[in-house]
Amino acid sequence: MSSHSSSPEPSYIEYQGKYKGIFAWILSTDHKRIGMLYLYSIMTFFIIGAVLGLLMKFELIAPGKTVMEPQTYNAFFTLHGILMIFAVVIPGLPAVFGNFLLPIMIGAKDVAFPRLNLFSWYVYVLGIILVVISQFAGEGPPDTGWTFYAPYSFRTAGNMLPAVLGAFVLGFSSILTGLNFIVTMHRMRAPGMGWFKMPLFPWTLYGTAWIQLLATPVVGVTLLMVVAERTLNIGFFDPSLGGDPILYQHLFWIYSHPAVYIMILPAMGAISEIIPTFSRKSIFGYKFMVASTLAIAFVGYFVWGHHMFTSGMSGTALYTFSILTFLVAIPSAIKVFNWISTMHKGSIDMQTPFYWAMAFIFVFMVGGFTGLVLGSLAANVHLHNTHFVVAHFHFIVFGGTGFAFFAAMHYWFPKIYGRMYDTRWANTGLILFFIGFITLYMPMFYLGYMGMPRRYYDYDEVFHGGNIISSMGAWVLIAGVAVIIINLFRSAKHGPKAVADPWGGKTLEWTVPSPPPVENFEEIPTVTKGPYDYSQD
Amino acid sequence: MYSTTGIEASNFVSSFDTAFFSVIGISILLLVGITVLMLYFVFKYNRKKNKVAEHIEGNTKLEIIWTIIPTLLALGMFYFGWAGWHPMKNPPKDGITITTIARMWNFSYLYENGKQSAELVVPVGMPVKLKLISVDVLHSVFIPAFRVKEDIIPGREKIMWFIPQKAGVYDLYCAEYCGLQHSYMSSDLRAIPQEEFDKWYTDTTALASTVDESVPGAAGFVIMKTQGCNACHSSDGSKIIGPSYLGLWGKQHIVVRDGQDVLVTVDSAYIRKSIYEPNAEIVKGYQKGLMQSYDKVISEDDISKIIDYLKTLEE
Ligand code: HEC
Ligand SMILES: [Cu+2]
Ligand SMILES: [Cu+2]
Repeated sequence: MSSHSSSPEPSYIEYQGKYKGIFAWILSTDHKRIGMLYLYSIMTFFIIGAVLGLLMKFELIAPGKTVMEPQTYNAFFTLHGILMIFAVVIPGLPAVFGNFLLPIMIGAKDVAFPRLNLFSWYVYVLGIILVVISQFAGEGPPDTGWTFYAPYSFRTAGNMLPAVLGAFVLGFSSILTGLNFIVTMHRMRAPGMGWFKMPLFPWTLYGTAWIQLLATPVVGVTLLMVVAERTLNIGFFDPSLGGDPILYQHLFWIYSHPAVYIMILPAMGAISEIIPTFSRKSIFGYKFMVASTLAIAFVGYFVWGHHMFTSGMSGTALYTFSILTFLVAIPSAIKVFNWISTMHKGSIDMQTPFYWAMAFIFVFMVGGFTGLVLGSLAANVHLHNTHFVVAHFHFIVFGGTGFAFFAAMHYWFPKIYGRMYDTRWANTGLILFFIGFITLYMPMFYLGYMGMPRRYYDYDEVFHGGNIISSMGAWVLIAGVAVIIINLFRSAKHGPKAVADPWGGKTLEWTVPSPPPVENFEEIPTVTKGPYDYSQD
Repeated sequence: MYSTTGIEASNFVSSFDTAFFSVIGISILLLVGITVLMLYFVFKYNRKKNKVAEHIEGNTKLEIIWTIIPTLLALGMFYFGWAGWHPMKNPPKDGITITTIARMWNFSYLYENGKQSAELVVPVGMPVKLKLISVDVLHSVFIPAFRVKEDIIPGREKIMWFIPQKAGVYDLYCAEYCGLQHSYMSSDLRAIPQEEFDKWYTDTTALASTVDESVPGAAGFVIMKTQGCNACHSSDGSKIIGPSYLGLWGKQHIVVRDGQDVLVTVDSAYIRKSIYEPNAEIVKGYQKGLMQSYDKVISEDDISKIIDYLKTLEE
């Protein structure tokens, strides 16, 4: 390497390489630029998915037909689910913030395989293209729900195969990202950064990466079986060919339950970065935070059966799954206790990311507790497949991951763009978002308790009141999303310049300039202290 | 043994309530407690008041406490859920068995004496066992007032059971997504006192008596309504899932048989075949595999009544 140049290195945004314009981004192997590619793709699909959700809520505001036909409604909730799960939430924090920050946070210049990293983004785009094809080619968009349950998915006219293939390709992209992250963390930590000096966000990426690597192939196997069944008439899942639809459900959830932890672990990681920074205090119980991350990743493999309590499994299997579902909540509880204890005797600076983190803790607890309700066998029998479940997983996936995503966005924004956002607008957006969120999803718990099944285009008059409130919540929520995104967009261009460490954070990303230079570090740092060492302040 | 004095709609309401409210109760306490604590810390240790944070890295004793206590709570919650659910999986020997046939998109009920009904009629105070059968895709019987639900799996026979404890009319929904008309797949559950039930059960003329025999095709119309044909076929010319009945009788149209287009005339034999072997010939422009065979469900006699009805719609 050459010796220090006198002028500072250009930032990753200004850097001029071989390619110009958009090619400088879509052909870049810089982990930061790739992270940004993911950010813009994910935001796009999030907005599409959210608009679909909004339209569904319009339909549900009154019984009978309101704005669309049942076929359209069924196609909407299918596409909403596929996009939100596979194109937004699963890649979510790892693909955006993991890519951008992981190498910097562990003191590396890039991920272990930068080209593979760019390739993963192309695989992601390919997956999206397949999903788009499934909407327009052939006999019409899929209408099976994102779960593609057999045997209905084999009978429907919609384009199942491209949709399932798309889901698999998207999953495959996340395997590659996961593999890249694991190797990066094993091989490229800065000198002195032992495993237990690694910040918690990388730790959660580590847990997540292993889940991606081990669970996603199951989707591939399932897909091959679906293809074999449709083309060769080998009966795996379709009873009319001698198959078993329950087998499909097992395979589906063996992947898709751990996928929930793919979504939530990095969210917890981001929150674990934000709380110490704004409390100006070490995270409480660092090692327990690490252990609980690994415990969630591990136990999360063994609870998939809780999606199938009414499908007809043996009794022993059912209560084993129930008991494990209760136990997997314990590590999450430990995290909540540690976050709260971190605030205790801290010196708390009330900034936007911290407000987001607080909101996260609240909605995540609601999601977690209602998860316990659903884990309870007798309660599950009544609540399964009702709006209670819809509310529960939106609290976890949108409430948990979504809030953490926006928390992370507001926390690392000055680092990513080198500019600050308007705090007043940011807080207004948060308040709208929070109120809208609660108004949208809280009534669904009640609707489910009253017995309104999910995936219902139409409903009885008893469910009308709850649906009106819920639909109105959606409008407030969308207004909040709009305020947040517009504010961030404007600030990325016109916001005041940000310093290297605007929040007083201690992890390595705050030691490099904002926005970071192409090579991240002029000189690879040597780590001597823990990641949240505020003892000198 | 089976009390009829309980005020709850079914014998499973109280086990659900115990499981549900034990978890919800503890959860609300913890949710409120933790949230208040968080707000209190944020207020008390605000940087404006507390300039310097204390250096604390953790406390193993606390970690152990807040691992063990939630674990015990969770095991307690599990227990209530399990205790309430266990009897659901163990139907009693006595009681009546009703075969529940689910198809896209209706339920029909077949009683032990051969009586068929579109409405689930059950006696109060008697264990009712539903034998669940699906002829096409997954469905699920969900009776919110009774707090019971069981998925119906094609190719498997399953039993669900309950004791209705209060007379009344309740909703029964399909809770597993099954396609276009999923949200319309429901039926009424009517729980009536035993004597009334016995009368209803033994009265096999009940269906006939509601039909005005002098109106041509009326009986056929009732049969089709009971069987749920109307979920897919209209009588006014509009296309739902299958072709409309309007103008069907006597018309000539193209069907696909073994991949070949064939011109057929709609006559008795064709109608009969359409009902017993719907997938042998597919009307051009429609999808295979949606309509399932009604073999052994609809008698030859009923088919001729259906044909009488179709004749009234001849153009
Ligand atoms: C799940 C939806 C569904 C239900 C329920 C259903 N059908 Fe059909 N039916 C179809 C479809 C789709 C077709 C066209 C494809 C075919 O020919 O099989 C069809 C075709 C037919 C035809 C031939 C029509 C023509 O134009 O040639 C007749 C007759 C018929 N059905 C009668 C019935 C009767 C009687 C019932 C009730 C006992 C019934 N169907 C229930 C979906 C349904
Ligand atoms: Cu799960
Ligand atoms: Cu159904």
